[in-house]
Parts: sequence; C-alpha cells; structure tokens
Amino acid sequence: MRIDLDVISQWVTPSSRVLDLACGDGTLLSRLASDKSVFGYGLEIDSNHISDCISKGVNVIEHNLDTDSLDTFGDASFDTVIMTQALQTMRYPDKVLEEMLRIGKECIVTFPNFGHWKARIYLALNGRMPVSDILPYEWYDTPNIHFCTFKDFEFLCKQRGITVKHRQVVTENSIDKTGAKFLPNFFGETAIYHLS
Amino acid sequence: MPHSHPTGSVGIVTPSTQRFTDPLILANGDVLEEYDLVYETYGTLNQSASNAVLICHALSGHHHAAGKHSPDDRKPGWWDNYIGPGKAIDTDRFFVVSLNNLGGCHGSTGPVSINPKTGKAWGATFPRLRVRDWVHSQAKLADHLGIDTWAAVIGGSLGGMQAMRWSLEYPDRLRHCAVIASAMKLSAQNIAFNETARQAIMSDPDFHDGDYLEFDTYPKHGLSIARMIGHITYLSGDGMGEKFGRELRKGNFNLGERDLVEFEIESYLRYQGERFSGTFDANTYILMTRALDYFDLSREYGNDPSQAFAQSKCKFLVLSFSSDWRFSPQRSKEIVDALIAARKPVTYAEIESSHGHDAFLVPNARYHDVFSRYMQQITI
Repeated sequence: MRIDLDVISQWVTPSSRVLDLACGDGTLLSRLASDKSVFGYGLEIDSNHISDCISKGVNVIEHNLDTDSLDTFGDASFDTVIMTQALQTMRYPDKVLEEMLRIGKECIVTFPNFGHWKARIYLALNGRMPVSDILPYEWYDTPNIHFCTFKDFEFLCKQRGITVKHRQVVTENSIDKTGAKFLPNFFGETAIYHLS
Repeated sequence: MPHSHPTGSVGIVTPSTQRFTDPLILANGDVLEEYDLVYETYGTLNQSASNAVLICHALSGHHHAAGKHSPDDRKPGWWDNYIGPGKAIDTDRFFVVSLNNLGGCHGSTGPVSINPKTGKAWGATFPRLRVRDWVHSQAKLADHLGIDTWAAVIGGSLGGMQAMRWSLEYPDRLRHCAVIASAMKLSAQNIAFNETARQAIMSDPDFHDGDYLEFDTYPKHGLSIARMIGHITYLSGDGMGEKFGRELRKGNFNLGERDLVEFEIESYLRYQGERFSGTFDANTYILMTRALDYFDLSREYGNDPSQAFAQSKCKFLVLSFSSDWRFSPQRSKEIVDALIAARKPVTYAEIESSHGHDAFLVPNARYHDVFSRYMQQITI
C-alpha cells in the first residue's frame, strides 16, 4: 500500500511546506524531503513510529489528533496538509478535515473505501463486518472507527463547501482497475483526494 | 526496562581548569576581569572538530557529568545514564564537553572564589549572572578548545535554557539543540518555589547577608530546607507515593504510644537536604535560582518566542516527561509551537515517566531510545 505515495508526491509543489498528520514511520515526509526539497513536520502518536521518524531525520512531533488541538498552527501556514490512511481512525474526522483545510492551502487525504465490492459482498453474504487483508481487524478491536465510502466522503465535501481538485482511485488487481473506471465506489480500494 | 539500559562508562576522568583573562562583560553591566572554568571532556575530538557536544548543567549540576574521578567513587557523574560509550550521547562518536558554570561552587569562578579586587571571597557580591552570561563564557571555552561549531548543545531544565539561548546568541555555532524538560520562562508558581527556597537560606542566622564565609559560618540549615523544597518539586506526587507511600521510618500508632512517629519521606528529604547542604554553596544556590527566574527567552524579541527562534539556524530536539509538573510537557509544547511558528526544524516527544522533573536524569527505555536515535542521525 505505498502506491499512493507516488500520486501524493505529484501533487506536492517542490520546496513547499508540508504538514503530515499521522505521519507513521515518516516514509512520505522523508521522500518528499529528498525528492522535492520539501520542508515538513509530521504529527504522530505511536512511539515506535516516532522513533522511526527520528532515525530518518524527519521532524516529528508527538501529538494526539483526537485530544490535542491544532490551534497553534496558523491559518494557511502550510502549503499542503496531508493525511494518509488515518482519517477513518479519527474520533472527529470532519473536524480534523476542517482543521487541515484551515492550516493548509491545500490538503491531500487518502482512506480505504468501505464501499469496495469485497466489503459489500462480505457483509451481504456473511452478515458480519468485513474482515480482509486490507481491513484485517475485528469490529471490536479495529482502529478504524469511522469508515466511509468515496460517496460518503464526497457528500461531506459537498456539504462543507470543500473543493475536490483531483481524485485518484487506487486498485490492486486488474479487475478492479478496469471496473474502477466505471464504478470507482465499487471497485476502488483506496482514494486519494486533493482538496482545497 | 532499566535493566536493558546500556552500562558503558567513560571510565576515570580528570577535570581541567582553564583561566580566562579576557574580561567578560555581563548582562547586568558588571565585568568579570578574569575567571576560571572547570570542565571535563569525554571521547575524542575529531580532525575537523565537528563532533563536539556541549552539556549545559541544571541548577545544582556541575562539570562532572560522566565517569568517575576515582574507582572508589560511590556514584558516577550526574548524567552518566546518558553519556558514555553506546549511550545516548555516545562517546565513541562524540567529543563531550561538560563544564561547571560561572557562579558555581565546584571549581569555576563563583561566590566562594576570591575577588581579586578585595582579596576576599566574593560571597553575596558576586555578580548576578543571567543565562546568557553562561552562554558567552561557554563560547569562550569552545574557542579555547578549538571548537568552532558544536554538533549539539544539550541541556535539561536550566541547562535547556542555556541550550536555547545558544541557538539565539550564536546561531552559526551549533547544528543541533536538545532542550530537555525545560521552558522558555518560569511560571509564577516556579518563581514562588525558588523564592521560598531562597528565603529559607536567607533567614538562616548563619547567612549574614551572604557573607557567611567571613564569619566562618555556613547557613547549612537554610540551604538544607531550600533543597528539601526543591526536591519535592522535582518528584511527582505519584512517584513519591510509589516510593515512600505512608511507610514509617520509626514509631507506630498503637494506643498509648507516645514516641515520635516519623514517615520515610521525612527522613528521605532530610537526608537529601543534609547531603546537599554539605557540598553546595548557599550563594551559588541563590544565584542559580535567580538566573532561572530571570530567564525569558523572548523578552528582547517583543515577547514573541517565534521572533526569538527566528534567529536560530539549528535543528531542535525537545523532550518532556509526563509527570514533570515543575517543567510540564505544556511548557515544552510551547517551545515546539514557537519553533513551528518560526518555521524551524523540531522533533518532540513526551516521555512517560513517574519520576517528575528528575526523570531527565533517570534511566528510561523510551527516553534513551528517542535521545539515542536523535543523536545517531547527527552527521559528524
């Protein structure tokens, strides 16, 4: 699941300022720094990830996005605010999204599509919450507490007046690749949104 | 996991003393015509002098940060947990310089030194130093050692204040600045604790307005109480509870029991006060606590910390400890926020610990991991 980094990288302006929320092990920021001379900070809560970031020389700030405010980040103080595969783990995803759009001139968000056909069929046939290789958690221990589909997300954007500049759908196999051209919300596994 | 803490030692170390005869103009307008700085070094300075690290000590610290002075020493230097081969400040890579600050009482010129103008001990007349005075004297020591640029300037608590001041006063002379359990200025509560400690010293009849040396006395009792007050604030309530609880040192509460009952914590604090007051100078304690109180990173930068940090050119590591209420994680976050607002590189971690402010001295697996990783990625 690192295919989205290439897409994200395309949308980030060279030598710009980037804030990566839930930056994980710092792979993206470290790549943006070396490939595009980007100056960035990552916010992260997991201590192992923080350690990985430090070893990569990534500016990482220990921060809990669910409980610590982002008030101290100035309006439009970053060119791009990024959040990859973490929106669905937030306690208040809509508030985080609003903060991202306040702090960044642009935002990039990626999340797994709960409307993917495998999830739909799993629920339809088994009558149980989908568990797959991409979503390997049981309902009670999953960090993904706010799942949405592409449609759900776009509905939120429309409601809040958020402009979707680009959307790229990521697929793993050829069936999905072909299908996603016609029915992205059915065949797309991950979406990458470029917002402003 | 303290048992996994690296045990490498720098071994037996010997302090050096350097006399400086270039007058040092102090922030309060006084001039120190000449002065001594006592320091220790660990590790080897490389050819290009690019691997030097400066350790700035805290309130009661001194130059002896690592190793032992003799094999019989009961304890190693004050930061031996983090300085040594294979440790966070790895002496196999770095050349570490640790000095006793001016105004100290461990060999550098301070209140117990003789004022050449009077032939008597400075005592209470020793200039009221500010953090920047230490920074300027440390820069003189760097010149003497042939160190143009520090790979890192590192300090905890009051030492962190010096490290931050370094980044503003000499932005081209350090590449990394590690600020541990520190703050950009003290809170009113912090100043209140310091003043109470000072009053304990000054109200000791043996203090004689700071000229106790002339009277051949020593305000041991006052200094002891000052240390007890300080010590309470360096520990956390939970940490104290875990360690001492309500355990009794002597006596009991049986019916009919008249003898004094004493809690373990009482005896512990008294022991700490007793030990400290036997080795520390009261005037130095007053001077150091005042320097702490006076410090305000952004006073001359329109009280805007981001304007202050705009001067800096180095990268920052900021660390705080969850149970530290004297220099709480919030104070460290303010540093981080100011650095982000100033668009400076910074890494921040809040370390889980029950040791309060003292946590920066105590073995802690995550602290060691974060600190080590940061130091390892510094190019030398």
